[in-house]
This record gives sequence, C-alpha cells and structure tokens, in this order.
Amino acid sequence: MRRKNPWLSILFWIFISFLTLFPIYWLFVVSVKPAVELFSTPDVILRSVYWQNYIDVLNDRTLREYMLNSLIISTGNALLCTTLGFFACYALSRFDLSGKESIFFWTITNRMAPPAVFLLPLFLLMTQVYRIGDFSLLDTRIGMILVYCTFNLPFAIWTLRPTVDGIPKELDEAAFVDGASPWKVITEVVFPLCRPGLAVTLILTWVFAWNEYLLAATLTNFNARTLTTGLSEYVTTTGTEWGIMAAISVFTLIPALIVFGMVQRHIVTGLTFGAVKG
Amino acid sequence: MQSRKLGWLLLAPTLAVLFLFGVVPFFYVIYVAFHQWNPFAANPEMIFNGADNFRQVVFDAGFLASLGVTMAFVFFAVLTELIIGYLLAQAFMKDFPGKAIFRTIHTLPLIMAPIIVGSIWKLMTTPSIGIIPHLLDSWFGYDLNIGQSAGAAFAITVIMDVWHWTPLVTLTLIAALVSLPPDPFEQAQIDGANKRQIFWHITLPMIAPAVVATVFIRLMDALRTVDEVLMLTGGGPGSATRYVGVHIFKEVFPRTNYGYGSAVSVIVLYLTIVVCWLLYVGMLAPRNTKKG
Repeated sequence: MRRKNPWLSILFWIFISFLTLFPIYWLFVVSVKPAVELFSTPDVILRSVYWQNYIDVLNDRTLREYMLNSLIISTGNALLCTTLGFFACYALSRFDLSGKESIFFWTITNRMAPPAVFLLPLFLLMTQVYRIGDFSLLDTRIGMILVYCTFNLPFAIWTLRPTVDGIPKELDEAAFVDGASPWKVITEVVFPLCRPGLAVTLILTWVFAWNEYLLAATLTNFNARTLTTGLSEYVTTTGTEWGIMAAISVFTLIPALIVFGMVQRHIVTGLTFGAVKG
Repeated sequence: MQSRKLGWLLLAPTLAVLFLFGVVPFFYVIYVAFHQWNPFAANPEMIFNGADNFRQVVFDAGFLASLGVTMAFVFFAVLTELIIGYLLAQAFMKDFPGKAIFRTIHTLPLIMAPIIVGSIWKLMTTPSIGIIPHLLDSWFGYDLNIGQSAGAAFAITVIMDVWHWTPLVTLTLIAALVSLPPDPFEQAQIDGANKRQIFWHITLPMIAPAVVATVFIRLMDALRTVDEVLMLTGGGPGSATRYVGVHIFKEVFPRTNYGYGSAVSVIVLYLTIVVCWLLYVGMLAPRNTKKG
C-alpha cells in the first residue's frame, strides 16, 4: 500500500473545501453589505457587518407570512409523511398482504417522476377536479402539504421500511398475547423502538419540503406562498436589491444547515434512494 | 397472524394520497394531451383533437431547442461530476488526519435547496457584484457576462450543477471503493500492471454497478433541473439555458394552452423514461449477458 506524506492530501482537501465553502461564504458577505458597497470592487474580506438587510427582511410582512407558510407546510408535510409512512411500513412488514412487494415498489416510483411534468396536471386537477363547492386545494397550505407527499411519502416509506422490519415480531406477538389492542401495540411497542429512524425521516422530509420551489411557485398565488417563492419573487420584481436577496437566501438556508449535522450520514442514502449503499 | 383488514386499513391513507397526487395526474395529463383546451381562447371547451397537440410539439422550434440544450447540459454536467467525483473518491481512500471533517464539508451542498444554490451562483457571477467576473477580468482580462454570452451562461449552469452534485457522486463511489476486496489489486501489482491498466481492467469493472446506479440517479436529477437555472439565468440569454423543465415553467405553463402543455409534459416524461431505459439496457444488459 502507498504511504505518502499526509500533508499533500490535507492541502488538497483544504483547497476542495475552500471551493465548497467559498460560494456560501460569499452569500453571507453579500447579505451583510449595504447596497452602495456592493458595486464597488468586490471585496472578499469582511471589514464591517451591516445587519440592515436582515432587519428589512424580518420587518417585511409578506416575507414573514411566507416564512410562516413554509414552516407550517414543511412541518405538516413531514409529520403527515412520517406518520403515514410509518403505518404503511408497519402494514407491509407485519401483514401478509397480497402483492405487497409490488405495492412497495410502486410507492417508490412515485418519487422518480420529474416534477415539471406534473405541474400542469396538478394545477388543473387542483383547480378543476379536487374541489368541494367553492373550496379548491389550489393556493392552500393543506393543498401543498398533500402535494409534497408525492415525493416525501415514498421517501418516508423507503427509509422507514428497514427500521420497522428490524423490530422483532416476537415483541408484537407477546403484547398481543397480553391482550393489547393493535393500536396499543403500534403506539406503545413499535413506535418507541422506531424513534431514531422516525426522527431521521422527519428531519429529512422536513428539509425536502422546506427546500421545494417549483410546485410551490405554480400551485400557490398568494395565501400559501413559501419562502423559496418569496426569494424568486424578489429577484424578478426588483432585481437589484442583492443584499436583501442574499439575506432571504440565508434565512432559507439556516434550517438546512442546522439539521445538517444531525442527519449528515443519512443524506446520501436519502438522495440516492438507496440505489447505492452510502 | 393479525387480520389482513387492519393491514389494508393502515396502508389505505398512503395509497389514497399517492393515487390522487401521483397516479391520477399521470393519466390526466395523457388524457388532456389529446384535447384542444384553452380556457381563455375563443372556444374554452375541451375538444378531442387526436394527436394534433403532439404534432404541434414535434414541430415547435422552441421546444426542440430546449431539448437540445438539455441534452448538452446533462451530458457535460454528469460527465464532469463523474470524473471529478471519481478522482475525489480515490483521494479519500488514503488515510490522513481530518478526513471526517473534510468529508462532512464536502457533503454540505447536498442538503441545500436548489433555489438557494441558484441564488448563490447568481451572486457569484452577476457582472459588477460577483467575484468571479471580477477576478476573471483582473487576472485574464476576460469579460464574463452570463446575461449576454450564451456560452458563458451555459458553462456557469454546468459549473453550478457540478458544485452542487459532485459530492453525491464522490460519496457513492467511496462506498463502492471501500467495499472492494484488496486481493485483485495486490495480484495485479505483483503481475506488474500499471495504474491505467488496473483502473480499466480491475477497478472500473468492479465498481461498474455503483457507477451505473450513480449515473442513473444523476441523469434523472439533471434532466429535471429547474429551480437553480431559473434563479441563475432564467433560461437565458435567449434560449441558451432553457432546459426542458425551465421551458415548461416559463413558456408552456403560463400560456394556458392546456392541451399543448400536456402534450409537452407527456413527451418529456416519455423521453425521460426512454433515456433511462437506454441507459439501463446499454450499461447493464451487456454485462448480464456476459455473465451468462
């Protein structure tokens, strides 16, 4: 085996890490500069920090509403997908259902469809078909929560399946012998044991929903707009307020950065959908 | 054994949600594609018009141009990611202090929202505020303007995609390389094989399944790239970076010509499936037949 000086490797990786981190650092630099300074020579070093962009974003009522919408939609969607995924995995794992492996595979394929293709049918269905009286799902938080299930629910099922399969069936059976109801077995025996897997699923589905832009941009107009759509609106309408745009981006980025440490190991598995063991 | 009814009951909400938002849209879009339907046209009713929409799509220069640039984008982006990703994965195979930290940093872009990646690269490359045009100008006197130069805009979208997704390739290939048995490599070294021979005849065939899977995932994702490009260039200048997703979002969707839009969607979906199928057959089938 080769044994080379580790310093060469370290230098190389410092360089690669620099390439990874610099664009993110640059985003931060732009976000803490007043507009006047931006157009002078681009300066890599921060000489003073100017928080006004952040204050402006937080004072903007529309953006605050978008933030709240984003929070509600991602939290609602993550909870829904994790709960439904958990029930589905329990059913797939413990019951002898006909064709269950095909069902499992079919749920997964739902995630592979390109979202751009589904813009139009989802928009038409939500305006024309999925409506009760005057209430349509378009531009509602509940509508977005349901739409995001198309990519997050398959993901939840995929990540939770091994977790639920890993809980020994004997535990359920012992509880049944003791006279527990199925609901009790699920909530008091299986659920506590699945907690770590459920937490990872919850966090990742939350981030995926938080990050989504395309569907939010086409299926909401006003009431249920999310922070990501707010960011793109800002660019197209004003175009020049780079500091504000950078500040909104930082706000959108923060939750992902926070959870990054917790789920770092699971990200690759999540993104490759287990096609490659990560 | 518990009652099956309960099992189906637990599965029912999942199936219902995926049916309503996955299966129904799929068939609905095919159905609408065979109709003339524009609620804001002289005749707002839905009228069956056979394959007219498809004929229109096939002769639509804008759509064909967008398919062309999409193919170029996917080719350059995925190829670059594979090469860089493989080299980085090899570099990770050595032991050096701080490896875990570097690996963590390398993973960081993966969790970032595509639209934020677009926003970051817009701030990096927009003339007069971006650092990249500034440095290129002061070092080489090259004027990078992604708002005017089609080539520059295309290149920057590829670079952005490489920045965002190479870590995925690196990490999947590390997983593949780690699991390789050392014996064939030691044997080859004893037999005097050089590095290039070892790569082509031992490493590559052994990690081929992982490479295929990675290409597959990256290809599917690159084909549906929308958010970041929309943010960075908005599809411009002209149609230089108007990849199919961007094309649907910017040109097809706002036109309210639903029949035509559905036909475009169906064709894009069909082409995505065909590309994946070709890849699957081209890369997996020959190996399977060789194995007998």
